Amino acid sequence: MARSNSLLYLDGVSVSFDGFKALNELSLTIAPGEMRAIIGPNGAGKTTMMDVITGKTRPDSGEVYFNGTVDLTGEDEASIAELGIGRKFQKPTVFESHTVLDNLELALKAPRGPFATLFHVIAQSEKKRLDYLLDLIRLGPKRGELAANLSHGQKQWLEIGMLLAQDPKLLLVDEPAAGMTDAETAETAELLKDIANDHSVVVVEHDMVFVRSLGVKVTVLHEGSVLAEGSLDHVSADERVVEVYLGR
Amino acid sequence: MMSSFLFRAMDTRAGIFLALMAAVIILVPAGNLLVPEGSPFHVPTYAVTLMGKYLTYALLALAVDLVWGYCGILSLGHAAFFALGGYAMGMYLMRQIGTRGVYGDPILPDFMVFLNWKELPWYWYGFDMFWFAALMVVLVPGLLAFVFGWFAFRSRVTGVYLSIITQALTYALLLAFFRNDMGFGGNNGLTDFKDILGFDIQADTTRAGLFAASGLALVLCFLLCRAITRSKLGKVLVAVRDAESRTRFLGYRVEHYKLFVWTLSAMMAGIAGALYVPQVGIINPGEFAPANSIEVVIWVAVGGRGTLVGAVLGAVLVNFAKTWFTAALPDIWLFALGGLFVVVTLFLPKGIVGTLSQGWSALRQRKVSADYEAGSDEPPAPPQSPSAPAKIHPKPAASRLPADAEAQPAE
Repeated sequence: MARSNSLLYLDGVSVSFDGFKALNELSLTIAPGEMRAIIGPNGAGKTTMMDVITGKTRPDSGEVYFNGTVDLTGEDEASIAELGIGRKFQKPTVFESHTVLDNLELALKAPRGPFATLFHVIAQSEKKRLDYLLDLIRLGPKRGELAANLSHGQKQWLEIGMLLAQDPKLLLVDEPAAGMTDAETAETAELLKDIANDHSVVVVEHDMVFVRSLGVKVTVLHEGSVLAEGSLDHVSADERVVEVYLGR
Repeated sequence: MMSSFLFRAMDTRAGIFLALMAAVIILVPAGNLLVPEGSPFHVPTYAVTLMGKYLTYALLALAVDLVWGYCGILSLGHAAFFALGGYAMGMYLMRQIGTRGVYGDPILPDFMVFLNWKELPWYWYGFDMFWFAALMVVLVPGLLAFVFGWFAFRSRVTGVYLSIITQALTYALLLAFFRNDMGFGGNNGLTDFKDILGFDIQADTTRAGLFAASGLALVLCFLLCRAITRSKLGKVLVAVRDAESRTRFLGYRVEHYKLFVWTLSAMMAGIAGALYVPQVGIINPGEFAPANSIEVVIWVAVGGRGTLVGAVLGAVLVNFAKTWFTAALPDIWLFALGGLFVVVTLFLPKGIVGTLSQGWSALRQRKVSADYEAGSDEPPAPPQSPSAPAKIHPKPAASRLPADAEAQPAE
């Protein structure tokens, strides 16, 4: 796909840490509205790829474009978030000493400057949006509870809720089902499919059952570059993928 | 917009604090000026000055708490801003001496005549006017903090590294102000003040006025801090404290937020210093000593960081203890201070106010669960409809208990 009609475009991206090539000529394109699952063994470069997209790590070489025109390699974390890329971390990171509601309010799309927040008064429309999100992530009864008191699964959901509150064009979701029960994992897959109806989503996941239940195109990373791409059945039939995963 | 911003500062807790402060601001000067000396309710002048000093320390502690307790920036150099504010006020007071100095020079302060200086250095211009000095009291510490913070926060210097460079900052200023060539009186600093705004600085009425001004400044800064910490900006600050990079990924420019509170906090410290100097009658480079800044952090830790009332309480309590110890058992004070910090860190990590409010909510929680248990043991009340006894169990109330929290999976 050409850069101009892509949502996210990575071409020949390399990153190395002290000689270790975390990303090696990685090329990947996400179309607007697409949902993509990214799998790969440990150290394949999944998290580094997310770091590059969100501005935490600068690539040594290669191009990273958002919306076909915005060069992400020149922007910092805050401006990339403002452009409309939201990120959920592998380990759920919510603001533990804030309530569930405050966590969502902080994430809500609104002016981000210090003076805008100093004089901010919560609007009726924002309240409605918060209620809607609380309902969606099923934390309505816990709105006044400190985030520190939530269970692991609830924290994961809260973080997904915060991601949605930002109203990003692209969601990067790192291992959303980690540490969840089977029932919670299934629920999370449903939630992500719902979200994918009106957002582009990139999901990094280890859990094959979870990836299968998403039913989307899969990209396999290995040693910092793309090994295979296609449906889950297609890539799991690929001999090289089997070799990487089973070590034969 | 502005009214809702200020309205946010008020609630019961703030009300109690304000009522208490109002009583102190009125009663202490009244007890000094209106009650005759023989009466047991008479407040001696030295006590007014001493308590006035505590109030300026409380304001300094409030400034440190704003950056440390809410934004997680552990400043070990806030005494620098305090001392700079103090020097700005000291320069005004020096210019007020005029011909009453030992050498009787109408323009030059005594130490400049002593050093054989012929004219006033340019940076002493304007300090004969109170409004100019008052402006410098906030602008000089504010500007230094802004420049320092601009570089430190933009380069993402955090944690212990930031604390160390704040110590270096105050130490560098200490060495600089010790030099006679700096033009701030060197080792001796600025002293021998005569009057402020035309009032004799030694007079009881002036002392009472300075006390009330310190109290008022503390109240106003308390309200400002409270309005800030309870706004959305305050929530962002706590978010930065707890998970800085997460806040960045939400789109907040963390360095701007830090710079904002850091600069504001330095200005508040400057005001505290400016009120401190006329009450103690001297400002010298010793105020820049790194140990002073560390002591402020201890006050805040003792009172309870992250609670504004705690910072004020901690500053007053620790300094009261210091006054008592250094008079009664002077050799023990430093050990007591060190021991206090260890005890607070180990047993009261949230400080006095933090522990109290935690204990209060735990007590309320226990009462709720006790009520619940008592309620569940009760037999179904006979006067009620006999067909619905099973529904009396207060299930919805139970779900508010923390003990019940893990029993609910995300359905």
